[in-house]
Amino acid sequence: MQPFEEILALVKKQCTHSDAVADEAATPKAIRVHADDLLPVMQELLNHSSLYFDMLSCITGIDNGPGHDMEVAYNLYSIPFGHQLMIKVKLNRDNPAIESLNHFWRSANWLEREIFDMYGIVFLNHPDLRRILMPADWEGHPLRKDYKHQEYYRDIKVEY
Amino acid sequence: MAENTVQYKYKPGNLLASAPNKLRPELLRSEEMIINLGPQHPSTHGVLRLELLMEGEIVKEVVPHIGYLHRCFEKHAENLPYNQVIPFVDRLDYVAAMNNEHVYAMGVERMLGIDQQIPKRVEYVRVLVAELNRIASHFIAVGTYGMDIGAFTPFFWIMRDREHILRLLEWASGSRLLYNYIWIGGLFYDLPVGFEERCAEFVQYIKPKMEELETVLLRNEIFIRRTANVGVLSRDLAINCGVTGPMLRASGLRFDLRRVDGYSIYPELDFDIPIGRGEVGTLGDCWDRTYVRVQEIYESLKIISQCLDKLNGEHKRTRDFDPQALLPKKIRPKAQDFYVRAEIPKGELGFFFRADGKSDVPFRCKCRSCSFVNLSVLPELAKGILIADLIAIIGSIDVVMGEVDR
Repeated sequence: MQPFEEILALVKKQCTHSDAVADEAATPKAIRVHADDLLPVMQELLNHSSLYFDMLSCITGIDNGPGHDMEVAYNLYSIPFGHQLMIKVKLNRDNPAIESLNHFWRSANWLEREIFDMYGIVFLNHPDLRRILMPADWEGHPLRKDYKHQEYYRDIKVEY
Repeated sequence: MAENTVQYKYKPGNLLASAPNKLRPELLRSEEMIINLGPQHPSTHGVLRLELLMEGEIVKEVVPHIGYLHRCFEKHAENLPYNQVIPFVDRLDYVAAMNNEHVYAMGVERMLGIDQQIPKRVEYVRVLVAELNRIASHFIAVGTYGMDIGAFTPFFWIMRDREHILRLLEWASGSRLLYNYIWIGGLFYDLPVGFEERCAEFVQYIKPKMEELETVLLRNEIFIRRTANVGVLSRDLAINCGVTGPMLRASGLRFDLRRVDGYSIYPELDFDIPIGRGEVGTLGDCWDRTYVRVQEIYESLKIISQCLDKLNGEHKRTRDFDPQALLPKKIRPKAQDFYVRAEIPKGELGFFFRADGKSDVPFRCKCRSCSFVNLSVLPELAKGILIADLIAIIGSIDVVMGEVDR
């Protein structure tokens, strides 16, 4: 298994906007990168001959509440080498937007749509960014911490 | 509201506003048409709606619409203590609830750092019930798949045999489908007295039935004609789309998290990982996927026999054994991000937790469901095929809408 430090060094080389920070408390170990560095970092992780993270298993959106930021966490797995890695990105809560990874991993398509649906995070250059679980005319993004559900949806009382 | 009034005022535009079509009728070329399949069509395994762009009998494009069974799992999980989430976890993949619970409980235990202290007997019981449930889930997958494409008899045979599993699990946990049996740090109850014997009888009973099933379904000429060379999923596309479970193995990759991660007691057990070989058609076709599921049932039976040996021998039931002894009084993991994954019958089920270290409720609990990701490959598989083959492909993906929509 590739030591985490080597992966971290490779990721750091790709970062131009701010330095990559390791989060060793996370499982699997995580690296926090700047949102603008995401594409070069992911490209390196996918194509580097000793990493080859060929499976994007999970994308998670996280809202830290009003006054804080939003985060997106990517869980990568490399089938030939058995590495697991988490990449975390912080986003501005007022206008969250990040590049889509759909052209690297097609599994990103629906996972990103779900995050757009639940958090309103816009994925730039996504081929088909629509709501996926909620109705298209639903108001608000339900998993935001300050979400207030609408009282009525088509004259049906919305109860929680 | 008076009785017998409608729930809401019907307006003709409601449907198109809440679930609008992606395909535009005005952009259709001549001979093309848009067909709506579902969400109440029986062959879509629940409430899956598909928008099809057809040219005669040929499907040119498929747009899946999901969310009809969305029950806000992640929102609920953010408002409940860790142990109270387990009944919701049951309802994700409701035909394999034990497997879901096992993954979830394992994740929280690892976060708390008590995963090494779980008694061996508890681990063996967990794997035993999870594998029983895996067989039940594959029974549903294979049986309903046969019925989708016109084979009625195997479905009834399989439902009869699945009933034995459900009764066993009901005996252990008190319910037939949604068990709430595996708890964080232990189990609800120990196995009832006599369970091991009945379970061993079941293993003996089911083996010849499986051979019957193989003859009547897998080797059936009509079944082979309907499924071989249909919906071929290449290995590279499968990995790129994040497909896991029997679908990925049918495409020829020997990848099973039970072996790769070696969690719980799986490293101590002897079992094979069947993969597709393109025996009657192309590697990764619908027949291969069904074949892998049937072979996995045999492997699960092997695992069950080994668990029973241990539960009757080394980790025998004792009078003072308390499966709840290790339940943590307070479930408060320290602040961390945690991703746990494990193999459930349909693929890799993952949970992403963020604990803030200050409360007993998860700050964020994301479910990475395998059916959701597996289903997203459908538009790739269904291009330029006949509509009858589309039904065969949907069935072979083995989606459970409860897990897709969560």
